Amino acid sequence: MSRLLVLVGTRKGFFILSSGADRHEWSIDGPHFLGQVVNHAVLDPRDGRTLLAAVRAGHLGPTAYRSEDLGKTWTEARIPPAFRKAAEGERGEAVSHVFWLTPGHASQPSRWYAGVSPPGLFVSDDAGRSWKGVAGFNENPDRIKWCGGLQDAPPDGATLHSLNVDPFDADHLYIGISTGGVFESRDAGATWSPLNEGVAADFLPDPGVAFGHDPHCLRVHGASRDVVYQQNHCGIYRLDRGADRWQRIGERMPKEVGDIGFPLTLHPRDAKTLWVFPMDGGTVWPRTAIGGKPAVYESRDAGESWQRRDNGLPREQAWFTVKRQAMTSDTLDPVGLYFGTTGGELWASFDEGGAWQCLRMHLPHIYSIETAIVP
Amino acid sequence: MKVRLPTPLSDYTAQAREVEAEGATLAELLDDLDRRFPGIRFRMIDEQGAIRAHIKIFVNRRQVPGIASRLEPSDEVLVVAALSGG
Repeated sequence: MSRLLVLVGTRKGFFILSSGADRHEWSIDGPHFLGQVVNHAVLDPRDGRTLLAAVRAGHLGPTAYRSEDLGKTWTEARIPPAFRKAAEGERGEAVSHVFWLTPGHASQPSRWYAGVSPPGLFVSDDAGRSWKGVAGFNENPDRIKWCGGLQDAPPDGATLHSLNVDPFDADHLYIGISTGGVFESRDAGATWSPLNEGVAADFLPDPGVAFGHDPHCLRVHGASRDVVYQQNHCGIYRLDRGADRWQRIGERMPKEVGDIGFPLTLHPRDAKTLWVFPMDGGTVWPRTAIGGKPAVYESRDAGESWQRRDNGLPREQAWFTVKRQAMTSDTLDPVGLYFGTTGGELWASFDEGGAWQCLRMHLPHIYSIETAIVP
Repeated sequence: MKVRLPTPLSDYTAQAREVEAEGATLAELLDDLDRRFPGIRFRMIDEQGAIRAHIKIFVNRRQVPGIASRLEPSDEVLVVAALSGG
C-alpha cells in the first residue's frame, strides 16, 4: 500500500510526516539536520526514492544532501552549488543558501535544478551528487541588471525561486527572481527572456518595466500545457500562453482581503483550480493573516471568482505567516492541501479546503512543505 | 600540525575535535583537511576563497584575516564557529 509523505523544511531541521492514503493516522520522523536551516526538501516523483535537501547551518556554508532511504542515511553533495571563482580583480559571488530544488523533466531522470541566493541557477545531472552553474543565467551579462543589483534583499537575501520545468518541453524552464521578475528559457537555460508583461510593479518608479518585478511564487500546471499562475508582491496573476500577458485575477478577491500573499498551489488535475493564502501587505507589510483571521482562498474557475476556505482555522488572534514554499497539495482524490506557519504549525485539509485541521504544532519556523507518494 | 575544530564540523571528522593536517599555508592546510574529510573546506571557506562570516580561524591564538597566511609545522590552528541570534 502506498504512503503519503509530507516533507517539512524548517529553520531548525527537517521532518517527514507519513500516513496511509486514507490520511487518517500520521506519524512523524525527525528532526533531521537538527539546528540547521532546511530551506527545501523534495522527493523525486520520477523514481519515488531520491530525496534532496537544501541545508545550511548558521555557522557553516550552504550545501545539499541526498538520501535514497527516506532520510535514514544522508550523503552530502560531492560538489554543492557554488559560483565560479572570480578572476583576479573581478567581483566574485558566494552562494548564501540553496533556496529551491526542482526535479528535471521526466525524460531526464537524473537532472535536478537548484535556485540559490544571491540569485543563481544550478543544475545536476547525477541526481544531486554534484552541481554546476547554468552559465546562460549565472554568467549572463544582464543578470545583475535583472536583479536590480545584488543587494541583500528581501528577507534572507534576494533569491532565485519557483523553478518550473514545462512538463511538455524539457528545454522550457521558468524561474522567479525576488526581485527581478519571472523569466523563461526555451533552450534549457542557455538564454533567458523576461516574462512580466501585465504584472504590476507599483514599488518601482516606472510600473511598466520589462523586469524588476517581485514574483513570490510561480506555478506551472503539470497537466495543462498553457497555464501558469503566480502570487506576486502586487497581486495574483494567470498567464495563458499564446496571449503571453498576465491577467490580474486577484482583482476579483474580496476588497477587504486583497490579493497579497506569498504561496500559491494548484490542483494537480484541474488547471482551473488554485488556492492562495492572503496576507497583510498594507502599511509596513506585516505579512500575517488578514485581521488575525487566517483563510485560504480557492478559485475553481481560473481566478474568475474566489471562495473563502477557513472552516476549522482559528477565528481570531491567529497571526499566521505562510512562506512562499510552505503551501502545497497532494495528488490524491480528493486533493489534500497543506500549509505550514512560521510559528511551527502544520495545517491540512483532506477535502480540498472544505475543512482544516492542525496536524502538528510546536515545530520550528516552517520554510517549506512538499508532498510525495511512495510505495 | 594540530587543528582544533568546532562542534558544527564534527560530523565530518567522526566527532573528532582535534585532527592532524599539513600545509605550508592555511590554504594548503584546508585543502589537506578536505582530502581527509571531504566537504569540510566548503563549509568554512566560500567559493571565492574567503573565510565565511561566522567562521574565525586562529593560528597560535592570533586571528588570521584570510587563507594565504603561512604556517610552520609547529603552529596550532584553531577554527571557531561564532554565531549570534536565535
